Amino acid sequence: MTALTERRKAPSRAAARSNRAARAAAPVSGRRTRKSTVLTIVMIVFTLYSFVPLVWLLVNATKSQPDLYSSFGLWFGKDFNLFQNIAELFTYRDGIFLQWLGNTLLYVVVGAGGATLLATVAGYGMAKFNFPGKRAVFAVVLGAIAVPGTALAVPTFLMFSQVGLTNTPWAVILPSLISPFGFYLIWTYASEAIPTELLEAARMDGAGEFRTFFTISLRLLAPGVVTVALFAIVATWNNYFLPLIMLSDPTWYPLTVGLSQWSAQATGVGAQPIFNLVITGSLITIVPIVAAFLVLQRYWQSGLAAGSVKQ
Amino acid sequence: MTTTSLPPTAPPAATPQRSLRRPRRNGRPRRDWRGWAFVAPFMVVFALMIIAPVVYAIYLSLFRQQLIGGNAFVGLANYAAVLTDAKFWESFGRVSLFLVVQVPIMLALSLVAALAIDSARLHGAGFFRIALFLPYAVPGVVAALIWGFIYGDQFGLTAGINQALGTQLAPLSGQWILGSIGNIVTWEFMGYNMLIFYAALRVIPGELYEAAEIDGAGAFRTVFSIKLPAVRGAIVIATIFSIIGSFQLFNEPNLLKQLAPNAISSYFTPNMYAYNLSFAGQQFNYAATVAIVMWVVTAVIAYVVQLRGSRKEVR
Repeated sequence: MTALTERRKAPSRAAARSNRAARAAAPVSGRRTRKSTVLTIVMIVFTLYSFVPLVWLLVNATKSQPDLYSSFGLWFGKDFNLFQNIAELFTYRDGIFLQWLGNTLLYVVVGAGGATLLATVAGYGMAKFNFPGKRAVFAVVLGAIAVPGTALAVPTFLMFSQVGLTNTPWAVILPSLISPFGFYLIWTYASEAIPTELLEAARMDGAGEFRTFFTISLRLLAPGVVTVALFAIVATWNNYFLPLIMLSDPTWYPLTVGLSQWSAQATGVGAQPIFNLVITGSLITIVPIVAAFLVLQRYWQSGLAAGSVKQ
Repeated sequence: MTTTSLPPTAPPAATPQRSLRRPRRNGRPRRDWRGWAFVAPFMVVFALMIIAPVVYAIYLSLFRQQLIGGNAFVGLANYAAVLTDAKFWESFGRVSLFLVVQVPIMLALSLVAALAIDSARLHGAGFFRIALFLPYAVPGVVAALIWGFIYGDQFGLTAGINQALGTQLAPLSGQWILGSIGNIVTWEFMGYNMLIFYAALRVIPGELYEAAEIDGAGAFRTVFSIKLPAVRGAIVIATIFSIIGSFQLFNEPNLLKQLAPNAISSYFTPNMYAYNLSFAGQQFNYAATVAIVMWVVTAVIAYVVQLRGSRKEVR
């Protein structure tokens, strides 16, 4: 048993409380909260499947290049090289990894931030106003969801190259600004979370629409906005195809493209394998995003539950 | 009846449509232009970043770069060429096979996990929920790199296992490569789909369970008679997203290509084909045509799934 399941089991001392807690966690089958060991074992298998690659990454980030070849994949090598690897990672080729990290942050802050802002404002507008052309907006955005993002990438590249935007940060940021998913989530969320009477009252008091939005509505939308922001952050942080085709200058690469180039340099003519750096770089790449999900899980789980899938 | 007139994402559509009607019933906002102040910025960027490229791609697909005479209008000739292109069909067949095998396995696993977590019979349900979801946060590139290392015969886990057990596992061989990619995609998205199903399970009203209990329904009966019908909408959504994802397959095979250059061709998936046509072959018009064809195929299939999904719901 892991420490975590142990901690979860603790309330069973107070049977009544555990019962209530269980029901709050999942509104299922009233009294019948008898725990099933078989089911738990099945889920442990699922968890192992999810964790093994991550554990592999963690373990191998501590190995030197020679140790990678000579030691078993899921156990540590002769030397504990994590800190050397990290130091080498940030100094290799004049610290280009740091540059990529900075680029990724730039794309995330401007791209995902902008996407969240646009989706929030527009979703709110859809939920709380009645305006000419609303049905058309609905139909067009919905139709566009079926357009595979990557199918757009090549034409977008050609369009951008006509106006000289390729190989600039804008080429990555501008297409990231649209999140149809966020638009829907806020739309449905705002319909439920913001009472129309509240807006009426604000209007009676003479508050302008934008003032009402920023002082009243935005606060009520917070869990939805966090959810949209988090998924937009993941989408931009993990973006690979778009920057791959848009950027040719390595100084503008995000982490994903940079890491794949490092991995590619291990094969072919003049191969220079730096697997230890690819692995450590991968670890550094996923740490912030995993941390964001863990820290914000209360918000996005409620936002997702209340907004997107409610039927 | 519940067949909403518009294709994908039926459930989110349901609420907005209700809200479209609601104002009038309340005698609330008169129809005016104020709402546009909120929606316009999104729509402007949307028009530039989504609609314009689509229109441009359609325009490109009608032209061809000739050796003599430059850019010439060729009507639907590019489409005719794509539809008789053996490489295109090979890549299309491959992602279709991928779709038919990988998507049901992934969604079934996600559903089992969601039902288990929702069952309240689990020790540490909250832990499992977040644990299974974590791979979604890992960038596709990093996932492909990690699994590529694991599959590898140099210092991968596979090499270690082969050495220890004397097996001949070769996940990167032409025979196994599609399954290996399927495993990566399943790993990445199982938890995400689990969360979609779980969220749908959570909103089932408690009275339904109470009624089932009074009727003496067992756990399995409850699953099949109450839970599965209730998450049908979520299953349709997840299926549509998975179909779109399968047809778009690019990151994983493109990265594994470095490790398995013989097993993965430049036209392994339609997307890789379009990519290599544009950036290795400079055949932009033809690449745009491939993209449009894939878009139409994706939209049609997504639409059919949505129709079928909601028709069953009526029953």
